[in-house]
This record gives sequence, structure tokens and C-alpha cells, in this order.
Amino acid sequence: MLLDIQNLTLGLPGAARPLLAEVSLRVGAGETVGLVGESGSGKSTTAKTVLRLLPEAASVTGRVLVDGTDVLALDGAGLRAHRAGTVAMVHQDPRSALNPVRRVGDFLVERLTSTGTTDRRTARAKAVELLGAVGLSEPERRFGQRPHELSGGMLQRVVIAGALAAEPRLLLADESTSALDVTTQAEILALLRSLREQRDLGMLFITHDLHLAAAFCDRVYVMYAGRVVEQQEADRLFTHARHPYTRGLLACSPELEDIDRALEPIPGRPPSLSDTFTGCPFATRCPHAEPECGTWIPEPVPLPGGGTAACRRLADLPEGPVEQPVLAKRSPA
Amino acid sequence: MSAIETRPEAPLLVADGLTKTYRLPGGERLTAADRVSFTVPRGGSLGVVGESGSGKSTVARMLVGLVRPDAGTVAVDGRDRATRPPSFGRAAHRLARAREIQMVFQDPYISLDPRLTARHCLRTSLRLHGRDAGDGRIAALLDQVGLGAREAGARPHELSGGQCQRLAIARALAVDPRVLVLDEAVAALDVSIQAQILRLLDEIRRDTEVALVFVSHDLAVVRHITEETVVMRRGTVVEQGPTSRVLGAPEDPYTRLLLASVPRRGWDPADAERARAEADAA
Repeated sequence: MLLDIQNLTLGLPGAARPLLAEVSLRVGAGETVGLVGESGSGKSTTAKTVLRLLPEAASVTGRVLVDGTDVLALDGAGLRAHRAGTVAMVHQDPRSALNPVRRVGDFLVERLTSTGTTDRRTARAKAVELLGAVGLSEPERRFGQRPHELSGGMLQRVVIAGALAAEPRLLLADESTSALDVTTQAEILALLRSLREQRDLGMLFITHDLHLAAAFCDRVYVMYAGRVVEQQEADRLFTHARHPYTRGLLACSPELEDIDRALEPIPGRPPSLSDTFTGCPFATRCPHAEPECGTWIPEPVPLPGGGTAACRRLADLPEGPVEQPVLAKRSPA
Repeated sequence: MSAIETRPEAPLLVADGLTKTYRLPGGERLTAADRVSFTVPRGGSLGVVGESGSGKSTVARMLVGLVRPDAGTVAVDGRDRATRPPSFGRAAHRLARAREIQMVFQDPYISLDPRLTARHCLRTSLRLHGRDAGDGRIAALLDQVGLGAREAGARPHELSGGQCQRLAIARALAVDPRVLVLDEAVAALDVSIQAQILRLLDEIRRDTEVALVFVSHDLAVVRHITEETVVMRRGTVVEQGPTSRVLGAPEDPYTRLLLASVPRRGWDPADAERARAEADAA
């Protein structure tokens, strides 16, 4: 297993509850794994632990294994090599990832020379090759351009080229297409998919968009309040979502098809870090909650079709596609 | 008003030939909106969709009066918004225009005054327009958007993003506008909160007959809550008509490309690539 996170719990002094609670997650080589949740659910924090980018004074238990090496136990040279070589991360905003006063080619050469390519001329040739590999036209000319001369989609390609410079085995994509226009997003997703195939990359794909995750990923983890509440194969998530939160997300996400379906909002709001829970964190918003849910510490329950869901009422919950209340057709006024 | 009563079929909002050109550094010109026209009936809802740089926000700002069009007119109830009736002073005309069309922006933390509590925010707007600013009226407005007594005394930083957006909507509704323009008003919200706000807007539209102009990049949202759709690209309207037709059976290759790019069940990014080839060929 390329990435194997085991029972990761991360706490901060002063926080009312842990940022991450018992998170377990696996990504195989060549596999795209989605991580979905609303703001504050712990998706980005989970990804950052893979690079051991933790908040100061965080207390951590559990293990984060990349290729069998525990990242949390690394230090000094080992950690630097891990961050520079094995794993790369692509963030949401490419403009803040690049130095605005330097050429985009310099950004790549700097990465290449700091990860093994010693000769600058070789590094330059490699940089141009990388710009071509991420689908930029005229890579020679792009090399000499500065970030303000390129569009957001082109810049995200440059950032991806930088991420690939050290030939990583694992790519962490944190909302890396969310800020792009929808047609540009499709281009970048096509690029990520072909790079994964060519290079056998494992990918942890973080997004708030459940439909995007289910369409793009092989497996999807759904997070809520720092916990993984459900994990399934992406296709099955649409037809066999089991956790009430996942089903709630599906019922409230607008779709292009099914427009006669009324959007069913989840009542309440996503929990903040000051909210504490004695049991299932979703209980207060859950339509199936019983008083006992308030004291039940969530644990993953295996599902018959593969995957897990952390809900104590699984046996009594509806199965199959999310029920879709049909809107009464509004007659034109 | 009488025009509506005698001719109930007359549209409430008419945008006719809206055009705006900006001068760029270096002498070039950018046409942000080129002869954009549409109508919205009373209580209707119109979506304006497009990607960044399509001109959709420029159109929204021309409707409200934040940007003055180079050509074209915006009329509400048959009255051109740019023409001041002789009986109105400048300030009175400006306020009357604001009462006709109100706007809700994407980021409520920027569009709301951080120093004002929710109650104070609404009172300021009501007083400005000479309306009843009593506690009862304010409580009713907050209740209409699902905010209670605790939120009434809170400042924006003490409210969540969804609650702030509710307050921004309450402030817009406070002056009983005929038209509400929402520029990416749900884009920054978590999806469970987004659904709450969309449902709220739908209820308000049914209860008050306010017309909605919904500017968004999100085709799925527009498909759900609008009756008519305008698709814009680089300042021009490429397609417009009933939402079910425009987003269900699009005729323009660019609209098809937009739709093919939206991730959904069984979607493959390669679908978008094919649609792009067709759009480029057209």
C-alpha cells in the first residue's frame, strides 16, 4: 500500500475536540482516492499530515505510512527527502504557489536542481519537457513567461509540472481544480488522469464536490467533524450510500439531470472546532438519530458490498439510491 | 404600477441592448457586454451563466446601477431606470432605484458592515428608505430568512457564512424590491448550507413575487432554481431561452461544452474534450 493512514488522531491544545479522530485511509499505487467533506471536516489536515505539515504543538497518535515508512517518525534529512521526492501536493490557488516576479521556468529549474538534477542545462531541458508533458503549447516560450502572463488553468498546469519534477509516487491534490472555470477544470482532470496512468501515480483527491469525487475517483472517503463517516467504491456511492450524512449530501447537491427533484437541505450547520461531541457528531442533524446516538462513539462498520460506514443504525437505514422527493411542477405564473 | 395592472403580461424587468466597453492599458478595448437583452416576468427567475470573463457580473452591475452602460437600457415596470422623473430629486431618485432592484454579493463578510449587528444592519437600511424600522418589523424580516433573537444581536464575525448570507438577503428584502440580483450568492457556501439558501430563495419568490436574477457559474444550481437562462461568453449572449431547453437540449456548441464539462454520474473528462473540439470547430 502506497499510503496507509492508521487511526490518526490529531489534537490541539485549547481546541474543544480533536481536529482528526481515528482517521484510517489507504491509497494504492495507480489509485485515485477521493476525500470529501464540508469546510472544517478535516480533509486538508489529513492530507497535510502525509507531508507532516502539522500545526505547532499538535499532539498526534496513530501512524502515517508512505511505502511502509512512518512519516510521523521521520526527522531531518529523512523528512526533507520525503517532502521533496516521494510526495507532492497541488493546492487550490496556483497564483499563490508561484513567485510573481520570477519566470515559471525558474520555478521548475529550482525544484529540479534541489531534487537531484545537478546540471542547470539538463534541468532547463527537463523543465521544458515537463511544461510540454502537462499540455502547455510552446513550452520553450512558456519557460520565459511570468505568472501574470498565463491564465489560471495554465498556471495550474505549471504547478502540476512542478509537482511532477521530482517524480513523486503520491500526489495530494487539495481542491486543485475548485478555483478553475468548469471547462478548465475538465482539462486539468483529464491531465491528472493521464498522468496517473503514465506514471502509476497514487492520488489523494480532496474536494467539497461529492459528484466530482464520485465521477473522478476509484474510491471515496467522506469526512465529517474530523472523522471518516463512510468509505466506498465511487460508483457504489451514488447507488448505495449508507451513512445518513452521505445521503444528506447527495440529496442536497444540485444535479444537471433530475431537475424535478427538490433539494433537501441538511438542517443545522457543519460543526466548528468549538463544538464538542459525546457521541456521533452528526446526531444533532441526522433524521435517523436516536438518543443512544448521542453517546455512541463512531466506529467503522463493514458494508456488505465493500467499504465501511460509521453509523450505529445501519441495519435500520434505507438502502439503495437516495429517495428523491419530486417537486410539484410549478405552473408558469 | 398601472401598466402592470392593465397589461398583466408585461414583463417586470426589461434589459435591452446592454453594452459596456472598457479601455485597457495600451489603447485596446474590451467589450465586457455586447447588446445583452432579456426580460423577467413578475415573480420569475432568470439565470445568467458563463465562465470568468464572460461579462455576467458586468451585466448584474448594470442592472443594479453600479456600472453605467455605454448603450442600452434597464426598465422596471416599463420605466427606464436611467431617466429621472421631474418630480424626483437626485437623492430621491437614487433611493427609488435602489428600492426597485437589490443585490446580494458573493462574500457577505465583505458586503456587510463588520461593526453593525444584524438588527442594526437592517435598521440602517430601513431608515435610509424611510420605512418602519421598529423591532417588530426587524424581527419579522430576520424570521423570514430563518434568523432568530440570538443572531439579531450578533455582528458578522459572530455569524457563520450561511447566516451572514441570510442577513444579506434580509437586508435586500427589507425595502420590498421588485427584483433581487444575486451575483454568485451561494458559491462560497458549503453544499448543505447552499441548499438551505436556495430553498429559502424559492420560498421568498413564491411569497413575495420578487423576481430573481441569478448570476452563477454553477449550471446545476441554475438548472434547479431558474425558469429562463442566458448563456454568456466573452461579453456576448450565445444562447438564451427556457432553462429546461437551454440546459436540457442546448443548441449552441459552447453551451454544450459547458454542460459536458460538469462532473456527474458516469462522467469522463474526455467527454469535455470532445465537446471542446466541436465548439472550436464551430
